[in-house]
Amino acid sequence: MPAALLDIDHVSKRFVKHPNLGERVAGLLGAGPKTEIVRAVTDVSLNVAKGEVVGLVGESGCGKSTLGRMIAGIYTPSDGKILFDKVPVAKEQGRRTQKLTTRVQMIHQDPFASLNPRIRIGDTVAEGPVAHRIVKPREADSYVADLLGRVGLDPTYRRRFPHQFSGGQRQRIAIARALAMKPDLLVLDEPVASLDVSIQAQVLNLFMDLRRDLDLTGIFISHDLGVVRHVSDRVAIMYLGRIVELAPTAELYAAPNHPYTRALFESVPRVGVGKKNFRPIAGEIPSPLHPPSGCHFHPRCPFAGPRCKREAPPLTAIGPGRFSACHLNTGGTD
Amino acid sequence: MSSSPALSLPTETRWTRFANFWADYRQSPVAVAALIVVVVIVLMALLAPLVAPQDPYNQGALDLFDARLEPGEVGSGGYVHWLGTDAAGRDLFSAILYGLRTSLIVGVMAGTLALVLGTTVGLIAAYYGGRVEAIIMRIIDLQLSLPAILLALVLVAMLGQGLMQLVAALVAAQYAYFARTTHGAASAERRKDYIEAALSTPLPARHVLFRHLLPNALPPLIVVATVQVANSIALEATLSFLGLGLPITQPSLGSLISNGFQFLLSGRYWISIYPGIALMLTVVAINLVGDQVRNVLNPRRSR
Repeated sequence: MPAALLDIDHVSKRFVKHPNLGERVAGLLGAGPKTEIVRAVTDVSLNVAKGEVVGLVGESGCGKSTLGRMIAGIYTPSDGKILFDKVPVAKEQGRRTQKLTTRVQMIHQDPFASLNPRIRIGDTVAEGPVAHRIVKPREADSYVADLLGRVGLDPTYRRRFPHQFSGGQRQRIAIARALAMKPDLLVLDEPVASLDVSIQAQVLNLFMDLRRDLDLTGIFISHDLGVVRHVSDRVAIMYLGRIVELAPTAELYAAPNHPYTRALFESVPRVGVGKKNFRPIAGEIPSPLHPPSGCHFHPRCPFAGPRCKREAPPLTAIGPGRFSACHLNTGGTD
Repeated sequence: MSSSPALSLPTETRWTRFANFWADYRQSPVAVAALIVVVVIVLMALLAPLVAPQDPYNQGALDLFDARLEPGEVGSGGYVHWLGTDAAGRDLFSAILYGLRTSLIVGVMAGTLALVLGTTVGLIAAYYGGRVEAIIMRIIDLQLSLPAILLALVLVAMLGQGLMQLVAALVAAQYAYFARTTHGAASAERRKDYIEAALSTPLPARHVLFRHLLPNALPPLIVVATVQVANSIALEATLSFLGLGLPITQPSLGSLISNGFQFLLSGRYWISIYPGIALMLTVVAINLVGDQVRNVLNPRRSR
């Protein structure tokens, strides 16, 4: 196996809501709210090899987007480190995050929010590479035209504003903006979730073409198991801030191991097979403010035993390249 | 891979945007009248040396025999003093035109400088957040809780008389309004994805601040700027009226009003009243224009 391009090492992210001055005074008198801590990501480790695409799957609020933002250098981890090509992606500077590399780029979920409405799209695409001297200002225009052609847009559109484009076209512009930085790793945060199904396929195919042509490595975040199967080499299933299962795509879809993964597959509605053969997972996803003890999934798990309440199962190997965090694999739930 | 079909949306140019803006603006006849008043006032002030029959700065041209002439009388210069003359024989119509000029220059200069300073401060607070934001915004809050006139009075008393000192005092008294408005608009924009995308590229801070954050926080500022120009003019008039602004040899509307104040009860009303009307017209007209601009730019406006 080639050396890991991206090395996520025991990473956690906590969001702390600091009480403001008034609340602190109230706290001194014994009445104010306590400092609230959201554990968005807890102790996640993951290696991504060059050229590989790893899918991150989970329900909303499971921390997959937070993990993606840490990889993209928008947040810094509270614990652990994220190394890209052996260098940290970002560092904390005061209370702000300073990104240290241009080789990791991100594509956001909502192309209607991720493009500055007052800047012509050609300038949006050119801004980064010019600022980082990837192209000379003189050559920026032809560079942009080239990139727009590459993502399937008419290069003559570069003088237009974002509101003149459809959702799919905007997502192509966002992809062009990311590619303009000549990245090695792309973080795609639900890049097709806000697009029509017919457009989803176009954008996914574009991504697959680009991946092949440019030898891109990718983190593909999605809640859509079908989409992830289409694009990923490996899939990591996340639940409430932890990775519960990690496996090569084909094996995961053939034989899911973790009860949560199995429940996810069963909850996917399928067309044309019987009447109502999908089962929603029992219960609600718990709040990351007050996660359950032990295995986070135990309140909703049909196989949960007393051990699941006591101790959190570590992510352990259950086969070559396959990992799962469940006591069922390591001596039962009693 | 198939290319998406071309959109056949009409391209929005600056001209169509202006045409739309004007179509909306025109809905209020009062606002149109106010705009005409503003344009006429600005033109008269700019062309004062051509329109005014007398140069009020030129003390040598004044004749004491012309002192306190009533509106409509003909003085020694051989022309009609439509608005009368003051105690020094100064033609009031000319003095008002030149006074408008001074007032507009002071107002626009103070408004523009306060806009630049306040916007920068507000942007920095919104962009950096945390402690920087807390400190800056508490200072702004503190300043907004004091009356602007009080602050301006203290500053003028400290800095002394003169156009630049006056402008500096007005800027210091008014930048806080711009800072607060910018901070509010920019804080809302700060949380949007395109700023996150710019930060994760990463773009230099000044790019994010002035190319991404500022243009999107600008629309509410245009409105505040209009109203603040009117406020600057009124504030300057107040200071001059109190004798802290510009000397009477360099007339502004405020000093003209105060100049005639002592004659108000002796029946020579015109020396104070006409500059007062000019001041009121200017301030009200600019405010009306600003209000309508706000109505047009606000998408949630009620019709």
